[in-house]
Amino acid sequence: MSAPLSRVRRTADAPAKRVRRIAAPFIVFAAVVTLWWLFSTYGLEQHKRFLLPPPGQVVAVGLLDPRNRGEIIDGLLATAQVALVGLVLSIVIGTVLALVMSQAVWVEQSIYPWAVVLQTIPVLALVPLIGFWFGYGFGSRVLVCVLIALFPIITSTLFGLQSAERDHRDLFRLRRAGRWHTVTKLLLPGALPAMTTGWRTSAGMSVTGAIVGDFFFRQGQAGIGRLLDGYTQRLMPEQLFAGVFITSAFGLLVFWGFGLITRLLIGSWHESARTSQ
Amino acid sequence: MPVIDTQREERIAPTSAAHASADHSAQPGRPPHVQPFEEPTAEGIRFRKAAKTYRGGTEALSSTSFAVAPGEFVSLVGPSGCGKSTLLRLASGLDTVSSGSVEVNGEVGYIFQDASLLPWRTVQRNVELLAELEGIDRATRRALAADAIALTGLAGFEQHRPLALSGGMRMRVSIARALTLRPGVFLFDEPFGALDEISRERLNDELLAIFARERFAGLFVTHSIAEAVYLSTRVLVMSARPGRIVAELEVPFDHDRSPALRFDAAFSRVASEVSEALRAHS
Repeated sequence: MSAPLSRVRRTADAPAKRVRRIAAPFIVFAAVVTLWWLFSTYGLEQHKRFLLPPPGQVVAVGLLDPRNRGEIIDGLLATAQVALVGLVLSIVIGTVLALVMSQAVWVEQSIYPWAVVLQTIPVLALVPLIGFWFGYGFGSRVLVCVLIALFPIITSTLFGLQSAERDHRDLFRLRRAGRWHTVTKLLLPGALPAMTTGWRTSAGMSVTGAIVGDFFFRQGQAGIGRLLDGYTQRLMPEQLFAGVFITSAFGLLVFWGFGLITRLLIGSWHESARTSQ
Repeated sequence: MPVIDTQREERIAPTSAAHASADHSAQPGRPPHVQPFEEPTAEGIRFRKAAKTYRGGTEALSSTSFAVAPGEFVSLVGPSGCGKSTLLRLASGLDTVSSGSVEVNGEVGYIFQDASLLPWRTVQRNVELLAELEGIDRATRRALAADAIALTGLAGFEQHRPLALSGGMRMRVSIARALTLRPGVFLFDEPFGALDEISRERLNDELLAIFARERFAGLFVTHSIAEAVYLSTRVLVMSARPGRIVAELEVPFDHDRSPALRFDAAFSRVASEVSEALRAHS
C-alpha cells in the first residue's frame, strides 16, 4: 500500500516544488531591486544620487541606449576572449603537467612544490613585471589569466588521476595493460568528475584574471575592466552599474555553461552530476 | 642434440603464465585469445611451499602447498585476515612470493570482491574491456562479449550503466567480463559476500552452470561454509595468520547440483566437518 501512496504524493508535490524552486530567487531579486529603488529615490539627496542611481535610470541609460550597451558588450567580448584563451591554455598546460606528475613520483615531487609556490605568489605583485617583460597587450593579459587559473587545474586533475580504485588498477595490471591504455581507458575517464570541477573553478578565476589584466594592460582594444574604471573616473554611474550587471551575467553564463559541459561529459554515470542540477 | 617437441611447445606457450618467485616478464608474442580454451595440458594452479612476508615483517602466508586441476572447483575458507586474499593475489601474479613458487597455467580470470566495473562504460563496453586491452578487433570483441553476456543472463541490459544495476547484476557483468577471454584458471575473491541471500544462491547456481560448461580450474575464497560446500569439489581450510592450509575436505557430490542439495543430510555433514576444522584452527 505504501508504494502507490508515496508515488501519488510525489507527483502531487513535484510541480509545486518546481514553482517554488524557480520563483524563490526571483522574489529575492524583486525585493532587492525594490529596496534599491526606495533607497536611491527617497534615501539619497538629489546631489548624492550618483552614488546609487535608481534601477530605472540604470536600465534606460546603461542597457537600453544602444551606444552605451554596445560599448559595454564590446568591452566584455574583448575580456571574454582573453579569459577564454587563458582558460584553454591553463587546461592544456595543467592537464599535461598533472598527467606527467601522475606517471612518476619523482616528477610530482619536483614539480608540485613549484605549482604551490606559483599559487602563493600574489599575482597582482607580478603584474607590473609581466608588463615590463612582455608588453601591455593581449599576450600579457592571457599570461595573467594562466597564472591565476592554472593551479586549480593541476590539483583537481592530479587528484582525479590518483583516485583510481585499487581494484581497477589491479584489473589493468593483471592484463598487463600498457601506460597508454591505462591512462586513456582508466585514469583519464575516471578523473573527469574532478577535472570538470577544476575547469569550473578556473573559468571563474580566468575571467577575474582577464578583468585584472584590463586594469593594468591598456594596449589594444579596451576590455570591460578598463571601461568600468573609466566610468568611475568620469562619474558615469549608470554605465558603471550596467557594466557590472552585464559582467555578472556573463559570469553566471560561464558557470552554467560549465555545469552543462559537466553533465554532458559525466552525467550519464556519475552521481554528483545527476544530483547537482 | 636438442630435441624440441614443437607440437607441445605450441600447445603450452600461448597460455602458460607461470610466475615463479622472481620471473614476472610478460610472454612475448602472446596471441589474442580468440579460441575457446585449449585442451588443458598442465595442472591449473600449483603452490609449492609458497610463503609471503610483507615488507615490514607481516607474515601473511606461511609455507603453503596445494594444486587445483582444470575441472576442479576449490574453495578456500578461513578466519578473517588469514591470508586468503594474499593467496589469490599470489596466484594471479599481482603479488610475488617471498619463498617457494606459484605456478599458474592458463589464462587467468580474476573476480574481485567488488564488481570493479568502470562506471562510465555500459555493460556491453565493460564486458568488452579485457578483450580491448588485449588488442582484439572490434568484431571479435563483440562476439566474445555477446557470448559471455548470454551465458551470464545479461541479455537486454547491454546498454545499462553499472549505476543502474543491482549488486547481483554488477557481479554478473564482472563474471562476464572475465569470461570473454575464456580463462583456464578462475580466481574468485569473495565475490558474493556483499549480496543478499537470494541473489547469492541464484548466482551460486549460475556459477555452477558456467563451471559445467567451461571446466576451468576454480579457486574460490568465501566466508560462507554453505557456499563453499555447495560450489566446490574440494574445500581447503586455512588457519589464522600466518595462514596455512590445515584441512582439506573432498566434497562427495557430483557437479550436477540443485538448491535442494542444501537441505540434504549429507550436505550438512560435510558442512559441519568444514565448520569443525575451522573452529579447531582459529
